[in-house]
Amino acid sequence: MTMTIILGVIAGALASGVSVFYGALGEVIGQRAGIVNLGIEGVMLVGAASSFAVTAVTGSALLGLATGAGAGVAFNLVLGLLVVSRRANQLASGLALWFLGTGASTLIGLSFTGSNIGGLGQVHLPGFDRLPDMWQRVFDQDVLVYLALPIAVAVTWLLWRTRWGLHLRAVGEDRAAAFAAGLSPARLQYQALALAGALYGLGGAQLALAYTKTWQEGMTAGRGFIAVIIVIFAMWRPLRTILGALLFGGAVALGLQLQVRGVATSPFLLDMLPYLLTLLIVLLFGRPKAFAVPMGLREVFGGTAK
Amino acid sequence: MAHAVLRRPRATTTLQLHRVRAVAAAGETARWLAWLALALGAYTVMLLAYGRNPISAYSEILSVTLGSPYGLSEVLVKMIPITLCAMAVTVPARVGLVNVGPEGQLYIGALAATWMVLAAPGLPAWLLLPLASLAGFAGGAAWAGICGVLRARNWLNEVFSTMILNYLAVLVVGYLVFGPWRDPGSGNYPQSHLFPSSGTLPLIGGSRVSVFAFVALAAVAVFGYVLARTRWGLEIRSMGGNPEAARRSGIPIARYMVLLMVIGGGLAGLAGMGEVAGLQHRLNMGVSSYFGYTGFLVSWLAGHRPRLIPVMAFVMAVLASGGDILQITEGLPYAAVTLLMAMFLFVVLAARARRRTA
Repeated sequence: MTMTIILGVIAGALASGVSVFYGALGEVIGQRAGIVNLGIEGVMLVGAASSFAVTAVTGSALLGLATGAGAGVAFNLVLGLLVVSRRANQLASGLALWFLGTGASTLIGLSFTGSNIGGLGQVHLPGFDRLPDMWQRVFDQDVLVYLALPIAVAVTWLLWRTRWGLHLRAVGEDRAAAFAAGLSPARLQYQALALAGALYGLGGAQLALAYTKTWQEGMTAGRGFIAVIIVIFAMWRPLRTILGALLFGGAVALGLQLQVRGVATSPFLLDMLPYLLTLLIVLLFGRPKAFAVPMGLREVFGGTAK
Repeated sequence: MAHAVLRRPRATTTLQLHRVRAVAAAGETARWLAWLALALGAYTVMLLAYGRNPISAYSEILSVTLGSPYGLSEVLVKMIPITLCAMAVTVPARVGLVNVGPEGQLYIGALAATWMVLAAPGLPAWLLLPLASLAGFAGGAAWAGICGVLRARNWLNEVFSTMILNYLAVLVVGYLVFGPWRDPGSGNYPQSHLFPSSGTLPLIGGSRVSVFAFVALAAVAVFGYVLARTRWGLEIRSMGGNPEAARRSGIPIARYMVLLMVIGGGLAGLAGMGEVAGLQHRLNMGVSSYFGYTGFLVSWLAGHRPRLIPVMAFVMAVLASGGDILQITEGLPYAAVTLLMAMFLFVVLAARARRRTA
C-alpha cells in the first residue's frame, strides 16, 4: 500500500514536473545569456494552446509538439524586440510577454476548450512490461519525460563545451566586454531566446498533450514562474533543474495521491503544497554563492542577485 | 528630451535651442504614434482573423462605456480597485521594487475585511467600516510585507515571492469559501455569508460607485505629495535613482523597502475591502477580475508617476468594461482585451526604453 503510494508519487512527479523542467532549462540558457524572462508562463501557454489546437485538428501529436516548439520560438523572440533591441526593463517586459501569452493562448484555444485528443502516447520500453503493475506505472511516461535527461546533458555540453556556449555565457557575464571582444551580444541573445522558446513551447505542449490531454485557459497555473525560481535553486546549472522540477512535481503528485485516497483535507490546502515547497527550497538552498550568478543579472535585479 | 539636447549641443542661440527641442519632441511623438499604430494594427489583424469587425468592436467598447451615464459609472466602479492596485505597484516601484503581487494582496485584504465584518456584525457602521478597512489594509500589508522582508534581507527577489503569494492567496480564499466560511444558504455557488448592512460601504448618488473612490484618489494624492514635497519623498526618489549613492549617504534602504512594500500591499488590501464591502457584500472567488494585474499594467504605463495613474487607470477601466461588453456582444473572451492591454504595455516599454537606460 505504502509502496503503491510512493510509486504513484514518483510517476506523478515525473509527469507533472517535466513541463517545469523544460521551462527551467530554457530559462537557464536565457539567464546565462543575461536575459531574465518572466514571460515563460505566457510562452508555455501559447505552446500548450497551439500544440493542442494542431493535435486536435490533425490528430498528430508529433505535429502538435513541433507546432508548440515553433510557437514558443516565435513568441519568445517577441521579448527580444523589447529587451535586446530596445533594451527595455527585463522584468516588466517579461510580465508583458506573460499578459500577451495569456491573451493569445486563450484566443488560440477558444474553439478547442473541452475537445478530446488522443494526445501524446506513452513510450513502452522493451522488457519493462514484465515488471509488476505498480512499477510499470513509473515507466509509463511520454517521450518528453524520457528526453529530459538527454536534453539537459546536451544543453550542458552546448553551454560549457562549445565555442558558442562560451560566447553566450560571456555575454551573460558582461555584455559590454563581450562586445568589445568582438562578439555580437544581440545576435547571441536572440539565439538564446529562440532556443529557450523552443523548450518553453515543448514544456507547454507536454502539459496539454501528455499530462492533462485537455486545453484550459491559464492551465499552466504558475509553472512558468516556478521554473524561474527553480533556476535559482539550480544555481544556473542545467542538470540541477531536473532535481528542482522533480521536487515541484513530487509535491503536485503527493497532493493528488492524497486526494485520490480520500484524505479528508480541502483540495485547496493540498494545492498549496507545490507553491509552499518551491518557496521553501529556494529559501533553504537557493542562496547562491557569488560566483554562481551570471554577473549580467545583477543589473536586472537591481542590486540583489536573485 | 532634455538628454537629447545635452548630448547633441547643436544649438547656440535660444531660437535654435527651441527648434532642436521641437524637432526632438516631434520625433518622439512620431515614434510613440508609430508604436501605438503597430499595436492597434496587430490587434485589428487579430480581430479580423477571428472574423470580427474591428471597427464595430472598437466603437462598441467606446460607446457602451463612455456613451451613457450607466456605462461611465461602471467604468468608475472598476477604476477604484485598479487605481489602488496600481498604487500598490507604484509605491514600492519608486525604490526599484517590482511588486507583481497586488492580485494576491487584494484577495488577502478582502479576506481580512470579510473576517472583521462577519466577526463583529453588531457594531455600528461608523465603527465597523473603519475597522474593516484597517483589517483589509493590514491583510494586504502583511502579505506584501513578507516579500518586502525577504527582499530586504537579500533572500529572495520580490518578483518571485509576490507572484507565488498570488497563487497562494487565491487558494487560501478558496479554502475558506469552499470550507469553513461557506454560507450553506448560498446554494451551489460557494461564498461567505452576506454582510450586514452596517458592513457595506455607502454609495455615491444612485450609482454603484462606493465612497472608496475617494480613498483611491486620496492614496494617489497623498503619495504624490509625499514624493514631491517631503524629505521621505526625496529619499525615496534618490533610492530609486541611484541605490548605491543613497546607501552611502546613510538612507536606511532595507527599512524603506519593507515599509513601502507594506504600504503598497495595504493599498491593494484596501482594494479588496472596497470590492467586498462596496460591491459584492460577501467574499467569493470572483472578488477580483484581474484588478491586481491590470493595476500592474497601469503603474508601468504611467511610468510610476502618481499623477498619470488615474488617467491610465481610466483607460484600462474602459478596456476592462469593454472586455465585459465584447464577451456578451461579440462572444470574444475577456482575454481578447487582456491582449490589447498587453500590447499597450509593450508599446510603452519599447517606446520609453532607450530614453531610460541609454
